[in-house]
Amino acid sequence: MNQINRIKGGIVDQSSELSFTFNGQSLKGYQGDTLASALLANNKHLVGRSFKYHRPRGIFTAGSEEPNAIMEIGTGAYQEPNTRATVTQLHDGLIANSQNHRGPLSFDFMAITDMFSPLLSAGFYYKTFMWPKAFWEKIYEPAIRNSAGLGRLSKQEDPDTYDKGFRYCDILIVGAGASGLSAALTAASSGAKVILADEDFLMGGRLNSETNEIDGMTGPQWAMNAVAKLNTMDNVTLMPDTTIFGAYDHGIYGAIENRANEARENNAKPRQVNWRIYSKRTILCAGATERAIAFGNNDRPGIMLASAVRTYLNRFAVATGESISVYTNNDDGWRTAKDLIDKGVNVEAVIDSRKISPVMEVPGARTFMNTNVVNTKGRRAIKSIKLSNGKTINTDTLAVSGGWNPNLHLTCHHRGVPKYNENICSFVPGESAPEGMTVAGRANGTMVLAKAIEEGHNKGIEAAKELGFDAKKSEHARTDNINYNITANWGVESGKERAWVDYQNDVTVKDIRLANLEGFKSVEHVKRYTTLGMATDQGKTANVLAIGVMSENLGKSVDDTGTTIFRPPYSPVAIGAFAGRRRAKEFYPTRYTPSHKWADEKGAVFVEVGMWYRAQWFPKQGETFWRDSVDREVRQTRASVGVCDVTTLGKIDLKGSDISEFLNRVYANAFAKVPVGKTRYGLMLREDGMAMDDGTTARLAEDHFVMTTTTANAVSVYRHLQFCHQCLWPDLDVHMISVTEQYAQYAVAGPNSRKLLQKIVDPDFDISNEALPFMGATELTVCGGTPARLFRISFSGELAYEIAVQTRYGDSLMRAIMEAGDEFDVVAYGTEALGVMRIEKGHAAGPELNGQTSAYDLGMGGMISGKKDFIGYTLGMREELQRDDRMQMVGFKPVNTGDLLQAGAHLVNIGDEPITYNDQGWISSCIYSPIMEHYIGLGFIKNGQNRKGETVRAVDLLRGNDVEVEIVSPHFVDPEGERLRV
Amino acid sequence: MIINHPLLGPRDSEEFVYLGSTDLINRPDWESGTAAEDFHQYQYIRENVAGDNPELWYHEQGDQSWLVVTRNTLTHEIKSVELAADYARRMGRSK
Repeated sequence: MNQINRIKGGIVDQSSELSFTFNGQSLKGYQGDTLASALLANNKHLVGRSFKYHRPRGIFTAGSEEPNAIMEIGTGAYQEPNTRATVTQLHDGLIANSQNHRGPLSFDFMAITDMFSPLLSAGFYYKTFMWPKAFWEKIYEPAIRNSAGLGRLSKQEDPDTYDKGFRYCDILIVGAGASGLSAALTAASSGAKVILADEDFLMGGRLNSETNEIDGMTGPQWAMNAVAKLNTMDNVTLMPDTTIFGAYDHGIYGAIENRANEARENNAKPRQVNWRIYSKRTILCAGATERAIAFGNNDRPGIMLASAVRTYLNRFAVATGESISVYTNNDDGWRTAKDLIDKGVNVEAVIDSRKISPVMEVPGARTFMNTNVVNTKGRRAIKSIKLSNGKTINTDTLAVSGGWNPNLHLTCHHRGVPKYNENICSFVPGESAPEGMTVAGRANGTMVLAKAIEEGHNKGIEAAKELGFDAKKSEHARTDNINYNITANWGVESGKERAWVDYQNDVTVKDIRLANLEGFKSVEHVKRYTTLGMATDQGKTANVLAIGVMSENLGKSVDDTGTTIFRPPYSPVAIGAFAGRRRAKEFYPTRYTPSHKWADEKGAVFVEVGMWYRAQWFPKQGETFWRDSVDREVRQTRASVGVCDVTTLGKIDLKGSDISEFLNRVYANAFAKVPVGKTRYGLMLREDGMAMDDGTTARLAEDHFVMTTTTANAVSVYRHLQFCHQCLWPDLDVHMISVTEQYAQYAVAGPNSRKLLQKIVDPDFDISNEALPFMGATELTVCGGTPARLFRISFSGELAYEIAVQTRYGDSLMRAIMEAGDEFDVVAYGTEALGVMRIEKGHAAGPELNGQTSAYDLGMGGMISGKKDFIGYTLGMREELQRDDRMQMVGFKPVNTGDLLQAGAHLVNIGDEPITYNDQGWISSCIYSPIMEHYIGLGFIKNGQNRKGETVRAVDLLRGNDVEVEIVSPHFVDPEGERLRV
Repeated sequence: MIINHPLLGPRDSEEFVYLGSTDLINRPDWESGTAAEDFHQYQYIRENVAGDNPELWYHEQGDQSWLVVTRNTLTHEIKSVELAADYARRMGRSK
């Protein structure tokens, strides 16, 4: 039958019917329902299986604290696991499936684990799966992962969109219940900028679930009026369906806004927005969460928090059963019985553990004072309860109230420790809430509604006043004073029956007792040993109860037993919301060089280097293998001329009268006397003496230099130079700016490079060998007046230049060069050919500058100037860094020139076992040289400089390669450097 | 965290890169007889301060100034922010 548990009224639109499915069954609900309330309206109590024992579980709460009703929502790529049905707003077409069972929900094959529960006690992972060791990876872990656990991932890319946003306010109010609304009204009346956020899609907090009368109105009516009033104010931002999940430093709060309704209609719109809220003051009005009492088999479907039963009754117009019983240790539990009776629902019994007289009249219900529930029966739903007086009562819902715990989570996010309050038998915020945060209402332990309203009202005024705003004089709302009396009741002696404390992680009183007996006395230890409070609900209904149980076990006061504190997030946040739009290609910016389009037209294969896209090689028709292209590019460059886009190199422009002195201090080699019009290679060390980066720096004028860095270190070198200037030598006349993106730069290399460039460079400028010798640098114009810089430097070892123009001319210049080079059979080459030629020439690059190599290791010890202070000098001079038996950079070639040589291979002496003990070094860079016509490599080997000619083994155990190599000079091509200087 | 930049006002810490204590400003004299030991101390030995600690932060996503941010390492409270160049000059650094 359709919605058999639905009654009249509630804050749902009973004229607007919605269809949804649960485990394939088509059901109806109403606009305004949560998935949980709609399920209960259809009398679906059994909604899931527990984590460890696969016990049948039902909806336990009506809020974000839900431990049981966790579901997979949606299908296909949209499927989202571990979603709490209690906070999922019902919509037409919603598809929900229960999780963590094999076979149908009503007959879970894994429920057999429940019979083995004695084996699965506290710390069972640590005890059971210790031996044999080899069983862990192959047997235990897959089995545990398969049987335990939560929902399944769709394993498809998340098709939803997530976004990030930033908001600023004077006063942030967390929670829009009675105290939050009162605080917002007074704070906003002062003119202060107020943000009011609430995790529920309907603001009003518990007022929407209760029957209190406020200012002559029903609670929901009063809340709606307050929200409507706030909504008209320009200085107020209302954020319903928004969870403040974390308090961060300096008044920054993280918030997740759920916009699923909007996203369903338009997938381009974000499903969730991760807000960063900057506030000056925060008032925490997060209310309180009810807890259970531990008694035998207290986890059956149909056993719910008393407050949840009221929420479903009053807000959602759902009577969760036909004969309901209430079990409480406080006055508030009685209200559930009263509200049920008022709405004509049959209340079977009210059981109160306190030795007092009944709190109120409950017509038609039996009352048992000084009595406890000790056990329950019912396989898939509760059927009866057994009382401590021996009586058995048939009931289909048991509403349990163990008292209320203030939602003080955010006060702990800066390590504030809650303190125990005897009066309310729970923890209240300690002294050290985050700077700027005050707490009001039940979150502060103020359990009486009338007082909570007053407190919110006053804290709103206070916060405004502290910021220099004046709240308008106003009266706080009035409601009856209803007392909240409670006597602690953590649990009931239940014989051999298990009594649950943490439902989601299946932790029972027995587990806690065992942990205590085994010597775990600290709450933090018990938590980790038993996994209590470590599930996705973070033990919202379990933690305080567990501390109470521990205090009884240890014979200590709750205060002395201690407490855990809370960390963000308050409730689970999807990883997608943290990523926002930064995913896939949007994870970081894509950087294209100015001639990217040209390279793309030429069919270049690109590779990401840092954030840049660089052409790796340019395949020609008929080339089937990358090396066909690369070998051709190298041969053609070395035979005639080639062009390579080197725009991605870091470029730093330096001006000032002290630049040469500055460079002399940051480079290991001498820079004090670089003449105008000259470029110099520079090696930069870290202060510890290890190579940091290298590049060339040209002096364009007396007080003007341009530096290049490697592509990868462009940012860190610039940062380092700024540090050296601002922090070490602030009075040097040095000004610098990164111009990496302002200049396009191309290497033109090969014997015909000058002839080619002479066609590009305007005729006024002489670039002959005499006018612009090796390492020369000059400013000139190209292509009829376009300003350019020309550096005669070479990475390939050929006669070569690098030419730079402003970025916007990069594309045109590349096309002009290629056109001019046509008669020389010019070739465009990519990063692979660049790498081949630098290894042939023996230049160190990234694999060699790995942060562990000194100038001496790289064979550049001779460059080091001993006559000046520079970064890395003193520590670089340490004996240890200059020992001959350090790994030194040399070249390698296979003894049998047909052999394959690979980077990553380790070197051992001939006759030695290839084991770590015998390690002599490694091959760091390796390529096939089309010029040498065999593989060559650069690498490091102990005392390498003195071992040239020696043969060793290059062993690559991962790829099964083992070849003999000869140690040679790293300069394979033109070791004398004659080609550079022609 | 919010860093109150002396020139640009309050900025989110996301815009900054952290380096470490301002001890890094006191780079030793390379010609001193104890240079080797001094540089060893400078490079490797750090106080693990629990409390107010002057630190170097670099406004990389901003104006590229190095700042000295005096931060309480226990509470993240920021007591003062100034340009590192000014601080360095006070420490006797010049050319």
